[in-house]
Amino acid sequence: MNAALLQQDVPLNWYLLLSAALFCLGVIGFLIKRNLITVFMSIELMLNAVNLSFVTFAHQWGAVKGQIFVFFVMMVAAAEAAVGLAIIIAVFRARATLAVDRIDLMKL
Amino acid sequence: MNAHLWLIPLLPFAGFLLNGILGSRLPKALVSTIALLFPLASFAVVAVAAVNFFTGALPHIPYVETCPLGWINAGTLHIGFSFALDQLSLVMLLVVTGIGFLIHVYSVGYMAHEEGYWRFFAYLNLFLFFMTVLVLSANALLMFVGWEGVGLASYLLIGFYFKKTSAADAGKKAFIVNRIGDFGFLIAMFLLLANFGTLTFSEISNQLASNPGWTGGVITVIALCLMLGADGKSAQIPLYIWLPDAMEGPTPVSALIHAATMVTAGVYMVARTHVLFDHSPFALGVVAVIGAATAIFAATIGLVQNDIKRVLAYSTVSQLGYMFLGCGVAAYSASIFHLMTHAFFKALLFLAAGSVIHGMGGEQDLRKMGGLRKKMPVTFIVTTIGVLAIAGIFPFAGFFSKDAILYAAFAQGTTAGIVLWFVGLVTALLTSFYMFRLWYLTFMGEPRSPEVHPHESPWSMLGPLVILAALSVCGGWIGIERFSEFLTPAVGFHPLAGGSERLELILSIVAVLVALEGWAIADMFYRRKPQRPAQYAAAVPGGYNLLLNKYFVDEIYAAIIVRPLLAISKVVLGWVVDAGILGGAAWLLGGIALFAGAILQRWQSGNLRSYAAWLAAGAAAVLLFVLVQWTAVWPNTLNFILNVAGH
Repeated sequence: MNAALLQQDVPLNWYLLLSAALFCLGVIGFLIKRNLITVFMSIELMLNAVNLSFVTFAHQWGAVKGQIFVFFVMMVAAAEAAVGLAIIIAVFRARATLAVDRIDLMKL
Repeated sequence: MNAHLWLIPLLPFAGFLLNGILGSRLPKALVSTIALLFPLASFAVVAVAAVNFFTGALPHIPYVETCPLGWINAGTLHIGFSFALDQLSLVMLLVVTGIGFLIHVYSVGYMAHEEGYWRFFAYLNLFLFFMTVLVLSANALLMFVGWEGVGLASYLLIGFYFKKTSAADAGKKAFIVNRIGDFGFLIAMFLLLANFGTLTFSEISNQLASNPGWTGGVITVIALCLMLGADGKSAQIPLYIWLPDAMEGPTPVSALIHAATMVTAGVYMVARTHVLFDHSPFALGVVAVIGAATAIFAATIGLVQNDIKRVLAYSTVSQLGYMFLGCGVAAYSASIFHLMTHAFFKALLFLAAGSVIHGMGGEQDLRKMGGLRKKMPVTFIVTTIGVLAIAGIFPFAGFFSKDAILYAAFAQGTTAGIVLWFVGLVTALLTSFYMFRLWYLTFMGEPRSPEVHPHESPWSMLGPLVILAALSVCGGWIGIERFSEFLTPAVGFHPLAGGSERLELILSIVAVLVALEGWAIADMFYRRKPQRPAQYAAAVPGGYNLLLNKYFVDEIYAAIIVRPLLAISKVVLGWVVDAGILGGAAWLLGGIALFAGAILQRWQSGNLRSYAAWLAAGAAAVLLFVLVQWTAVWPNTLNFILNVAGH
């Protein structure tokens, strides 16, 4: 790779398309995967796809707000991961399964 | 000079609130004090107003007080809480609060051992509140409030012993029969509003005074509707049937509400709206005929009744008939005069009957009484006075007032007037007979229930009796001339066509002779030849049974009105409307909800991925909605379609 290629800006659309693609992957994974942990990871994927578009626009407009928002999202995602994983462990203990199709009742 | 008329009703109302809310927790002595103090204060206000009235301290007559807050203001219609004091309402107020207070005093003794003591006095005070509102009101609507209110108080007090089915039923009967009359009153008010644009009595009078030629037609309809209302409240044919049953209430209630005050509200109302009746000779004629018919009809039933209170009840119906008869011949002042004296002696007779019942340990059957004159001397003396007064024997109160009505009927100078007079005279004979029958059976002869040991009542009961007895003796001495002169500004002057002093004297003598004849017959039947009544009853069993069963009117009403009504209610209202339409609608709504729920519940499967799918689909739909400019797309599409269609 030469330096010129490295110096060249990646066009905005590429970032956005990547973000959309990641988000769609997340949605599809969320919809079709059976394992609760995979579903959970799909959610993380969607969050990060959104983060990517935040950062993209922040860079494009030279505004710092978008970057700050990303930190918020990451923070919430971390908290969510903690709570979500705790719930998953509790569910697994109670039902000995992580298949979402079989977890369809509120009561045990 | 301010008379503070508003205090007259509100004082008893305060008593009602105090006893009604706190009474169950207060000691009996305090309940009695509250119950007596407020009516007494109310009577004192009336007395002060009366003094001001007679000394001319009031600025003008009628003296009107209006609540500044107003009540109903809609367009050109203005109805306020207005109280008016004139000659007519003053007389009524004195009767209502005066006798009302006396009966409160009596009740303290009579009800001393009853359960629900405080409840009784709360209701009694409530009655005084509504009755004074009724009497004082300056417009028909406020009068209607009082009218309904006394009906409520009457219902509550008739059903005071609500654990007794007959008492609860009697209360309902009174209320329902009165509703029929109230319907007439309501229609009359609507017609008044439509034709006069006002419900204020004085304005109606003024409008009629400026149109002396306006007679008959709608005025007759209004007057007849008012009369229907009065028929209900004052127990006239055809709505009298509730009053005898109302005797299920405690005796002081019978005295206060169902003899002295409330039942005279109809007569008062006719006198209050007399201008309407004056403009409708037909309605007046109907009032007179109904009054006379009721008087003689009820008197004949009273001849054979064996319950002491029922005799008095039919007697009340009959005397109210006299008052209607008086109104019907435009002798309003004579009617009000009789209303007043009747309040004295009928309250007296009822309270005395209560004293007898009290002394006999609850016995009401005349056939089981007898010989009480020695055991209950005071009650005996006051009852004697009451009987002489109602029989119309000179110089007791009833003589003057009854005579005034009979004279007014005769002096109409028409055949109809003489017929009415004759019916009244026969009624006087019957009245005298059944009252002396009651007197003989109760006090004379030997005791027929030796196992009962009657005792004289306490002085809290005898005190009011003595005062009422005094009033029953001299209540008529004022004389109809002075009384009617006093009332003329309120009820108008109606000259008698064929009257003269000589005629009046002759008629009086005839009336007294007839009353004495009634006494003589009763004396023969129940003292000298006590086997006679049974022989007569055996001789005409049909007639006797007809009277004993009150002409089977209750049964006839049951057959032609009550039972068909119940049947219609059951089939049409019960099955078709209630079970069919209303129940069906409820079932239909419930069914729709169930059906919709059965479909919608599939959405809520609990399956996480289906929720996620719906979420994603929803998000996609929202995106689509936001991103596509529908406002731009639709008209273009529409134009495109139109263009394609056009070409």
